[in-house]
Amino acid sequence: MTNDSVVTIQNLVKQFPVGGDFFTALKDLSLTINKGEFTGLIGPSGSGKTTLLNIIGGLDSPTKGKVSVLGQALNDTSHGERARLRRKYMGFIFQSYNLLPVYTVFENVELPLILNKMDTDERRSMVEQAVESVGLTDKMDSRPNMLSGGECQRTAIARAIVHQPALVLADEPTANLDAENSHHIMKILVRLNQELSTSFIFATHDEKIMAYLRRIIHLDDGEITEDEIIDNPKARD
Amino acid sequence: MLFKIALKNLLGARLRTFLNVLVTAFSFFLILFMSAMYDGMLQHAKQVTMDTEIAGGAYWHPEYDPLDPMKFEDAHSALPAEIQSLVDQKKAFPVLVSQASIYPGGRIMPAIMKGIPPDQNIVNMPTGALAGHDDISIPVLIGKGMASDTKLKVGDVFTIRWLDADRTYDADEGTVVHIMDTENFKLDMGHIWIPLKKAQTMLAMEQEATYVTYEKGLPTVQDKGGWIPRDINYLVQDMEAIIEADKPGAIIMYMIILALAAMGIFNAQVLSIFRRGREIGTLMAIGMTRQRVVGLFTLEGGLNAVLAAVATLIFFGPILWYFGANGIPLPIDYSEMGMIMAKRLMPIYTIGLIVSTTVLVSVVVLIVSYIPSRRISRMQPTDALRGKVVA
Repeated sequence: MTNDSVVTIQNLVKQFPVGGDFFTALKDLSLTINKGEFTGLIGPSGSGKTTLLNIIGGLDSPTKGKVSVLGQALNDTSHGERARLRRKYMGFIFQSYNLLPVYTVFENVELPLILNKMDTDERRSMVEQAVESVGLTDKMDSRPNMLSGGECQRTAIARAIVHQPALVLADEPTANLDAENSHHIMKILVRLNQELSTSFIFATHDEKIMAYLRRIIHLDDGEITEDEIIDNPKARD
Repeated sequence: MLFKIALKNLLGARLRTFLNVLVTAFSFFLILFMSAMYDGMLQHAKQVTMDTEIAGGAYWHPEYDPLDPMKFEDAHSALPAEIQSLVDQKKAFPVLVSQASIYPGGRIMPAIMKGIPPDQNIVNMPTGALAGHDDISIPVLIGKGMASDTKLKVGDVFTIRWLDADRTYDADEGTVVHIMDTENFKLDMGHIWIPLKKAQTMLAMEQEATYVTYEKGLPTVQDKGGWIPRDINYLVQDMEAIIEADKPGAIIMYMIILALAAMGIFNAQVLSIFRRGREIGTLMAIGMTRQRVVGLFTLEGGLNAVLAAVATLIFFGPILWYFGANGIPLPIDYSEMGMIMAKRLMPIYTIGLIVSTTVLVSVVVLIVSYIPSRRISRMQPTDALRGKVVA
């Protein structure tokens, strides 16, 4: 692992019990993702994208192999330590937004800061900044059921980046959005990537996203089939 | 921090929280109300017994046993000097007890005949009604229940037969001069009350009595002459035994209502955990530990109890206050069933009752909130994010 790497994976295998047998979702997979990368895990359904993302996020455990995220070996950490890692250094963006329905935009975005025990004034200023960066200042007091799909996802992005994490994991973040909203969301994420030097890892098969990525890791049947570096992503021009 | 999130979750859930809180508050209200009614009923029974029968206590003839009528004929004598002195000072009054048979409407009925001074004002009995009936052979005071059993009305004449001190049976006509409406069935059922002097003459027991009831606040006399002092504690012990015997029933009722409240909360929690699987996953993904999520859900359940206490005060407080102030009229007269019960039941809300009910409901709610929440600790974040909950 270099000083710049945020994720280092060596010989990762992930198996799920199915009936009396095991299904291997990830097969002897190794990769490194460096600080500030804007990376996509691309592949068809069942290729292992989400499983890999969940393991990187410490939401799931590897069956074999070594996974190190932000310098911490996940194999040796407890549930609590992984929760702390996520709380302090990671952000998550989900396909179906996963906003808490009873909270307003402000409260949803504020939640990671509350978990990090920040004081009220600091929280308010950070939330306002995050909400402003996704263009939702006028929706601060709205609940998720009053927002459009695009606005919900922007709220989820604000929640993911409000504590300025080192790594943001996004699972199909544009799957439920139309083309216009998808581009809008991706432009926001590209800007945040540039401004905050936050590393982004996407699990997607959406071509609109691919047009923004600087690195595309192709997965098929639990194996990396191709790892391309894109010097000039099309959509960024 | 958890408290703030739990409160936000509860208040944010609006209708769901409102319904949960309302159900808990209703159970809270029922427990409080029923316990207060029960306490009120028992307190009333005790008070009525003291007002109408016991006063400050009594001195019993050594042979007197109210539960053994066969011994009444031996349970009489002249009063010891110090006790007689209390009677002379109108601080006590004597009662002469004997067995009798009465023949209302040609039927024979056993009765306890008690001679009491008409001018006594130590117990709340309308004994004054026995005074001034020189034209009547035996003026008789009976209770409503006895009147109903014997079908006697004021002015009705019936035969009374008794055994006097010489072991001779005698009989005469008694006339009902008053029917008293008393809540104490012990003064009513099976009893006929006549003037003391008349009873002493009839029984050939001049200046004699079976027991003496004295007013409240009097110390026990020094020379009791062998008579047995019976204080309030002794005289209400049968009442307390009834109360004690009733307790299991009250506790069962209490438990049933509490179980209903607990089941409501338990169901709400289970449903909540199933419905909020994705939310649980999200909380774990943004860094909340499983233990904290369990704590959060338990706290939400616990806060239900707090909100329920407030809701009870707001929604049911006025009802509790109204019944506390005005009581609840009972549709039937329970004294005929051998129960001392007020015509209007007044619930008694003691601090002890309110505090113990609040603590008990809160603890139960906390436990039933925790039990379903424990399954969160077995949940995989990835399963929770998919809304898949461990059964």
